Amino acid sequence: MEYFIQQLINGLTLGSIYGLIAIGYTMVYGIIGMINFAHGDIFTVGAYVALAVILLLGISGATGATMLVLALLLVLVISMVFTAVWGWTVERIAYRPLRGSFRLAPLITAIGMSIVLQNFIQVTQGARVKPIQPIISGGIPLFDGRSDGGIIVQLSWMQLLIIVSTFVLMVGFTFLITKTALGRSQRACEQDQKMAALLGVDVDKTISLTFVMGAALAAVAGLMFLLLYGVLDFYIGFLAGIKAFTAAVLGGIGSLPGAMLGGIVLGLIEVFWSAYFSVEYKDVAAFSILAIVLIFMPSGLLGKPEVEKV
Amino acid sequence: MAGETESGTGQDQPVATTHPEGAQIKTEERAEAPNLVVSTGPRGLSERVKQAAIATFITAVLAFFFFPIRTSIAPGGLDITWRWSLYALALIFAFFGKLLVDAYLLSPAGPRVRAMVSGLFILGFVILYAWHPLGDILFGTGQFEELLGSILIGTVFGAILLGLVVLISRATGKIGTAATGVAAQKKADRISTFGKWALRVLFVVALMLPWIVMFLFPNRDRQLIDISILILTYVMLGWGLNIVVGLAGLLDLGYVAFYAVGAYAYALLAQYFGFGFWMALPLAGLFAAMWGIMLGFPVLRLRGDYLAIVTLAFGEIIRVVLLNWSEFTGGPDGIGRIPKPTLFGIEFNRGEGGFADIFGLDYDTIHRFIFFYYIIFVLALITHFATMRLRRLPVGRAWEALREDEIACRSLGINTTLVKLSAFSIGAMFGGFAGSFFATRQGFISPESFTFIESAIILAIVVLGGLGSQIGVVFASIVMIGGIELLRNIGFLSVVFGENFDPTQFRMLIFGLAMVLIMVWKPRGLISARQPSAVYKERKSIGADVVAQGEGH
Repeated sequence: MEYFIQQLINGLTLGSIYGLIAIGYTMVYGIIGMINFAHGDIFTVGAYVALAVILLLGISGATGATMLVLALLLVLVISMVFTAVWGWTVERIAYRPLRGSFRLAPLITAIGMSIVLQNFIQVTQGARVKPIQPIISGGIPLFDGRSDGGIIVQLSWMQLLIIVSTFVLMVGFTFLITKTALGRSQRACEQDQKMAALLGVDVDKTISLTFVMGAALAAVAGLMFLLLYGVLDFYIGFLAGIKAFTAAVLGGIGSLPGAMLGGIVLGLIEVFWSAYFSVEYKDVAAFSILAIVLIFMPSGLLGKPEVEKV
Repeated sequence: MAGETESGTGQDQPVATTHPEGAQIKTEERAEAPNLVVSTGPRGLSERVKQAAIATFITAVLAFFFFPIRTSIAPGGLDITWRWSLYALALIFAFFGKLLVDAYLLSPAGPRVRAMVSGLFILGFVILYAWHPLGDILFGTGQFEELLGSILIGTVFGAILLGLVVLISRATGKIGTAATGVAAQKKADRISTFGKWALRVLFVVALMLPWIVMFLFPNRDRQLIDISILILTYVMLGWGLNIVVGLAGLLDLGYVAFYAVGAYAYALLAQYFGFGFWMALPLAGLFAAMWGIMLGFPVLRLRGDYLAIVTLAFGEIIRVVLLNWSEFTGGPDGIGRIPKPTLFGIEFNRGEGGFADIFGLDYDTIHRFIFFYYIIFVLALITHFATMRLRRLPVGRAWEALREDEIACRSLGINTTLVKLSAFSIGAMFGGFAGSFFATRQGFISPESFTFIESAIILAIVVLGGLGSQIGVVFASIVMIGGIELLRNIGFLSVVFGENFDPTQFRMLIFGLAMVLIMVWKPRGLISARQPSAVYKERKSIGADVVAQGEGH
């Protein structure tokens, strides 16, 4: 039982990270109907920027609690801003010129962009794995199961931070989409770009901002990943990207709450699979879910069924 | 819009004339995004400089955490190394690069502006290079050379690609210009004539290659033939994938899975049942095709972009299974000592009964290299001829119809799942053949060889060559695989750019950039006259020639 609860907490943490990345996929898909294959690598960029800022500020496990919170906030903001510029640039260079081209074209540039980002990071930062010392340690012991042969269930500060900040971001984000002018024009573009343009919505700007927001959230996920696992390499975005995409599909691509829900469900499945079956095949489990959902339930958990227009 | 991308070729054609009238209307109808502003680019010099400054600023932001700051592993954690010089140089290049690209490509400038911009650029470069001490002070010792190296490689590749474009455009008429009615037909005809002739010349060269190499470079023949074998392997894989991506229009990101199935099929058959190469080869193709059907059956009902992701996931699944099923596949250690192929039972080894012994030659390892070369040559030719024949069969025509319009296909009563499945499995079969050749050539295989990168390389070759173009795949393989292998082996480069200079680390970067640029510039690839195999006698205003320029789906 203790083991189960511990795994549940771990799954929620992992799922939050997947969910944050998945939002980027789902927003872009919703608005221009393409899979932004390079999004996983934008997440890597975010993690590397965060790493550099952490090293520049000299944050370590020894930093005092108040300072630590402020410093991490600073890291978060900087890496969100810089990663957002990356997201914007990718859209500007690789996707905007191909809007309205044949369907495979932007997908191919997206793959190209993904390769470029990965190898850019490898060439400039080196191929070796970069470890950092744990910055946030300790946690709240929820209950002690050692008396009857179990383990201590612990919610670490790190996990709490990830879950809480994901929740806060989700609330803020939902507000942004439902209540602000930007969110309104975004939803308008999603429904009908031409009509939105006729009504005075700057479509190009809205699409750019979608990429910027997606990249900023990916940067948050990147920082979380770095803090949680403490290791980085240029390849992390590949797996994380496919899994986040799986999460987006699972939740119903195009739906924001769906992306979050899909992320959490996928995180739970992956963690429980590793805990009770086999660690080696956890990726296979995640990918199989992708295939199964796409084949049997293409609109996902919360998505709208897609009608193909002639 | 296609109009915009076409205008990027630097031709002085007004955008409106790049399409036949019918196509123009079609473009407007198809345009989902109201991208009404046709980018005119900067006009005056001050405007140009302003734009270049903006580009430089963006580069500065993008590169800030990657160029000047380098995290490296030090005792007791990570450490930061500063590289301001690299950053400065990158920014200088961003500024002048933007000016140059604008002046020559995006919004062609007058001769005075052009001369000024390029003069400045060249002058600065020459000063930096000639006055080496200054470069060292400005950029730090060693770094300058490294940077020059990457620039040189970029230039060399750019030049090769440009050369190819010019060559092809000479032969086929202006590239990227108006393709209307009769002119389009002429262009398409010229391209196909050019393709035929190029294929013939290439065929003869390829047939004679081992002898040419042995005659011209007697000291490095093994190495060169080895590179040729590698190139031919990628040509074959590219042709195999071309059936799936180029002809049927299905984006398969997991093609390497079938390559892996073929390789492991042979390796395991040899290990457990003692099969030889020639017996295992058809079986490997069969296995790969079966896997193609198995994987394809559930997923081929999906739309294009979903299919891409699912095939990618399947590719990874196969790799993970190969990696973890240690009892059967050897896991990460792979399978070694895979037997070499024989020539009608004659082995290529030293001593009694070997090839050299029977034919009365002196034993030389090169015999085996040549033998390998001809095996892959024949395999690649089989792939090519099978593709060309299949295109003329009803199923091939159905592939091309499917690529152009799936809904129309369905309305005409074509069983799209079956048609897709046939393309998928036939493509997979050729991948399987190539895989078992790879296994026997290497003698050792492990899951390391079948990562996503491999799929990406094959896809890049197909995309760069022009989706559906057979000869394009050959050019792309030669340039991208052969070019980089050659660069690695050119001795003087490491003398000029320092011992640690390794062009292969830029390989994937170049691949990726080329993929993006080519797609943006010419969405249908460099050599992009994909003629449908079946056409009406009379061409309509919107036909394959328009489709070839990126219109339609």
